[in-house]
Amino acid sequence: MSVTAHVRVQLGSLDLDAAIDIAPGELVAVLGPNGAGKSTFLRALAGLQPIDAGRIAIDATVVDDGDAVFVEPERRPIGVVFQQYLLFEHMSVLENVAFGLRSRGTAKADARRTAGEWLERVGLGEYASQRPRALSGGQAQRVALARALAPDPRLLLLDEPLAALDVGTRASVRRDLRQHLASFDGMRLLVTHDPVDAYALADRVVILEEGRIVQTGTLAEVTARPRSRYVADLVGVNLVRGVVSDGVLRTADGASVVIADATPGDSIAVIRPHSVVLTTDAPTSSARNVWPGTIVDIDRLGDRVRVVIDGPIPLTAEITAAALDALHLRPGDAVHAAVKATDIDVSPV
Amino acid sequence: MSSGRRRGARARLPVPALVLAAVAIAFFALPLVGLLWRAPWSNAWRYLTDDDALTALRLSIVCSLWATALSIVFGVPLAWVLARVEFPGRTVVRALCTLSMVLPPVVGGVALFFALGRRGLVGQYLDRWFDIRLPFTTAGVVVAQTFVAMPFLVITVEAALRQLDQRVEDAARTLGASRWYTFRRVTLPAVRPALVAGAVLSWARALGEFGATITFAGNFPGTTQTMPLAVYLSLETNPEEAIVLALLLIAISFGVLVGLRDRWFGARTAVAA
Amino acid sequence: MRRHPRLLVASLVIASLVVAACGDDDTEATPTTVAATEAPAVTDAPAATDAAATTAMETPAVEGTVTVFAAASLTAAFTEIGEVFMTEYPDAEVVFNFAASSELVTQIGEGAPADVFASADRNNMTKLTDAGGNATEPTLFARNLLEIIVGPGNPSGIAGVADLADEDLIVVTCAPEVPCGKYAAEIFANAGVTVTPKSLEENVKAVASKVTLGEADAGIVYRTDVIAAGADASGVEIPEDINVVAEYPVAVTKDASNAEGAQAFIDFVLAEHGREILDSYGFLAP
Repeated sequence: MSVTAHVRVQLGSLDLDAAIDIAPGELVAVLGPNGAGKSTFLRALAGLQPIDAGRIAIDATVVDDGDAVFVEPERRPIGVVFQQYLLFEHMSVLENVAFGLRSRGTAKADARRTAGEWLERVGLGEYASQRPRALSGGQAQRVALARALAPDPRLLLLDEPLAALDVGTRASVRRDLRQHLASFDGMRLLVTHDPVDAYALADRVVILEEGRIVQTGTLAEVTARPRSRYVADLVGVNLVRGVVSDGVLRTADGASVVIADATPGDSIAVIRPHSVVLTTDAPTSSARNVWPGTIVDIDRLGDRVRVVIDGPIPLTAEITAAALDALHLRPGDAVHAAVKATDIDVSPV
Repeated sequence: MSSGRRRGARARLPVPALVLAAVAIAFFALPLVGLLWRAPWSNAWRYLTDDDALTALRLSIVCSLWATALSIVFGVPLAWVLARVEFPGRTVVRALCTLSMVLPPVVGGVALFFALGRRGLVGQYLDRWFDIRLPFTTAGVVVAQTFVAMPFLVITVEAALRQLDQRVEDAARTLGASRWYTFRRVTLPAVRPALVAGAVLSWARALGEFGATITFAGNFPGTTQTMPLAVYLSLETNPEEAIVLALLLIAISFGVLVGLRDRWFGARTAVAA
Repeated sequence: MRRHPRLLVASLVIASLVVAACGDDDTEATPTTVAATEAPAVTDAPAATDAAATTAMETPAVEGTVTVFAAASLTAAFTEIGEVFMTEYPDAEVVFNFAASSELVTQIGEGAPADVFASADRNNMTKLTDAGGNATEPTLFARNLLEIIVGPGNPSGIAGVADLADEDLIVVTCAPEVPCGKYAAEIFANAGVTVTPKSLEENVKAVASKVTLGEADAGIVYRTDVIAAGADASGVEIPEDINVVAEYPVAVTKDASNAEGAQAFIDFVLAEHGREILDSYGFLAP
C-alpha cells in the first residue's frame, strides 16, 4: 500500500508537473523555495486543489485523475497539518481534536475520549478545555498534529509545520515533531523550504523547482551532487549531526567541530560549502576547524566547483574554478579543509 | 479580525477627532432628547395602554421577528454565494440584492405590487393557482419588511465571510467534514458575531419600516398596522400620542441594541487565522 | 426655536422613528414653482380672458412671490390656476406647497412662510383661525363630493355603497385620522352599511392608487380623484342624501409677507376663470 501521485496543475504563473511516490511507512520531504509548487502539490493530495491532469492514488484507490474521478477531501484517508495550524478558534482544544472523529460520525462521547487520549499523548491533556488562542505556537502545532492524526489517516500531510515558529522554539518543537512522526506508521509527506527540517525528519527528499522535480534522493546525496546551481544554493549545505557541549559538537564517529556558541544537546551543524577553505598545506589561517581529508570527487558547476572531501568530517567545499586551477587539485589528493567557528550555524534537534 | 492590542496612550487622544465625534453623538442624541422633552408624561401611561397601540406594537414585534428570520434563512445562503461562488455578473447580482436599501420605500412597495400583487408578475399566479394574496395581509407586512431589511444582513454576513480565512474551512474538509457540516460547525460559528449584528440591523430596519409596508400591505389595525404606521397616523390628529408611541418603539429597539452589543460584540471577535 | 417647536417635534418624530419615511409620503410638502412662461391651457376661452382682465384693472399692481399652501387634492387645479394667474400678473410669481391640510396647518403654525392657505376642510381652517393664524375671514371657494372609485369599466359591478359590504371585495378607505377617512365613515353610517376596509390609507391618493394598480376593488375618494385617475379608474356616484360634502375654504395668513398678492390670488380663484378651472377638475361651486 503506497501513494503514487502525478500532479499537473496550472495555477496563475505556476506550472506544476511533478510525480512523487511514497512507500509504506516512508516520510518524504518536498523541499523547494517559495512558489515552487510544494504547497499546491500537497493541496492536490489533500483534495483541496483538483488536478488538471495526472493521477493520484492512495492505497490503490484513485482519488483524482484530472478527469472523471475526484474524491472530495472529506472522503480521502488523509490528515493535514497546516502551516498556520488553522485551529478552530471557537472550539476548545479537545473539540478541535475530536472534530475529525465527530465529522466522520463517531459518537460524541467516544470522539471526546479518543481526543483526550491524543492530547495526553502530545502532552497537552491539561489544555483540553482551553481555547486555541491560549496556546503557544509549539502547543498549537501539537494540537494540529493530534487533530490530524486522531481520525487515523493513511497519509499525513505536513505543510511547513515549523515555519510559523520563532527560532527559539523551533528546535524543541522539531524534536517533538520527530518523535510524534516516528510513532505514526502511515505514510508522511512533509513540505518545507528548510533543509534542516528535511534532514531531521525525512527519509528522502524531493527537490521541487518552478513546478518540476529537479532531484530526489537522501539529503546527503543531494548535498554531494546538486544537479543545479539552484539546488546547490538551496540545499547543498553540509549538515553534521552531533552532541554539543562546551562549544564543541562531537559526532558519533568521534570527530569534533568547534562552534561559536550553542546550547548543549543533540544538534545539527550547518556548514555552507562556500565557507570551506581548501589548502594543500596545513593552513595558517585563524580558522578553528581544520580537518585533513582526501578529495573523492570534483564537480564543475559553471564557474564554480564543488569538491567532495572524505575525512573525519565528510564535507563538500565550493570554490571558484580559478582557485581549483591554482591549487591543481585532482581526485585522490590530500587537502586540508578549514572552517571558521563563526561561519557554522548550529540548530538543536 | 485579529485581536487588537490596546495601546496605553490615553493622554494622546486626538482632539479634532474627539470634537467631531462629540458633534456626531449630539446629532443622534438631541432628537431623542427633544422627544423626551416634548413627551406628555402625564398622559403617557394612557397612550401606552391603549388597545390600538398595544395591538400595533404586538404586530410590529411579530412581523419584524418574522422578517428577521426570513432574512437569515435566505440571506445567509445569499451572502455565502456572493462571497464564495465566482460567477459572471456577480457584481450586478450583489447590487441588485441591495437595491432595496436605496430604493425609496414607497417605490419599493409599488414594485412589490408589480411583482407580488394580485396583478403582479408572480402574484397573479399565486392568486389564481394557490389563492394566496399578499397585499393587505400580515404576510404582506412581513414581505415588505423583509424586502427592505434583508440587505443589511446580506452585506454584513458577506463581509465577514470574505474576511474569514478560507483555509480554516479547508482544514475542516481534510478532517472529514462535508461542505454542509463545515458550514454548520466551522463557518457559521466563525461569522456568528457578524450574523448577529446583521440580524439586529435587519430587525431594527424591519421594526421601523414604514413606506413599503403602508404601500404594499396597507394600514389596518390588527392585521397590517404596525407601530410606525400607527405613529404616523397619530401625528395627523394627536401628536402627543405619536411622541409617546415613538418613544416606546425607540425604547424597545434601544434596549435590544444595547443588550445585544454587550453580549455579542464585546471583546470577542471572529476567528483569527 | 420658540417659534418652531411643533414643527421641530413633528419632524423629529418622523425622522427618528420612521427611518425610511423621507420621500415616502405622497402628501409631503414639495414647493412647486410654476414658470410664468409656460403656456396656460385655458386662456383662449374669451370669458376667462375678460374676467382676468377685469380683475387686473380693478386691483393694485401685484408683484413679488405669492406662497400658496394648499391641500394635496388641489394640486392639479391650483397648478393650472397659478400658471394662468402669472400670465395675468407677469410681475408676480406663485409658489405652491401642496400637502395634507393638517400638515399645512402645523407648518404655518411653526412659522413656515405662507401667504395663502387653502384647506380641504373647515376643520383645519378652524384650527388655524383658533390659533390666530389667518388675516382674513376664510372664504369657501369649492366643494368636493365623495365617490366610489373602482377599476376601469367597474369590473366588480359595484352599484352603490351597499355593495361595498361584500366581504369578498377588497375595499380601501382613508384612515379616520384624515378627512377623507372621516367622510367615508360618515357615508357608511348614512347608508346604514357595515364595510370592513382591508386598509386605512394615510391619504386619499394612496386609496386611489391601490385601485388604479388593481390591488383593491373599490375605495372612497373625492370626485376630483376619480377624474384625475382618468382612464385608470371609473367612478360610481354616491347619492346626495348619504354623501358628504367636503368644503374648501381659503384665507390670507396673518404673517403673509405679500398680503396684496395673496388677496389677488384668492380673488382670482373666486373669479370666473378660477371657477372654470376648478370645475374642469371636478370641484363644485361653493
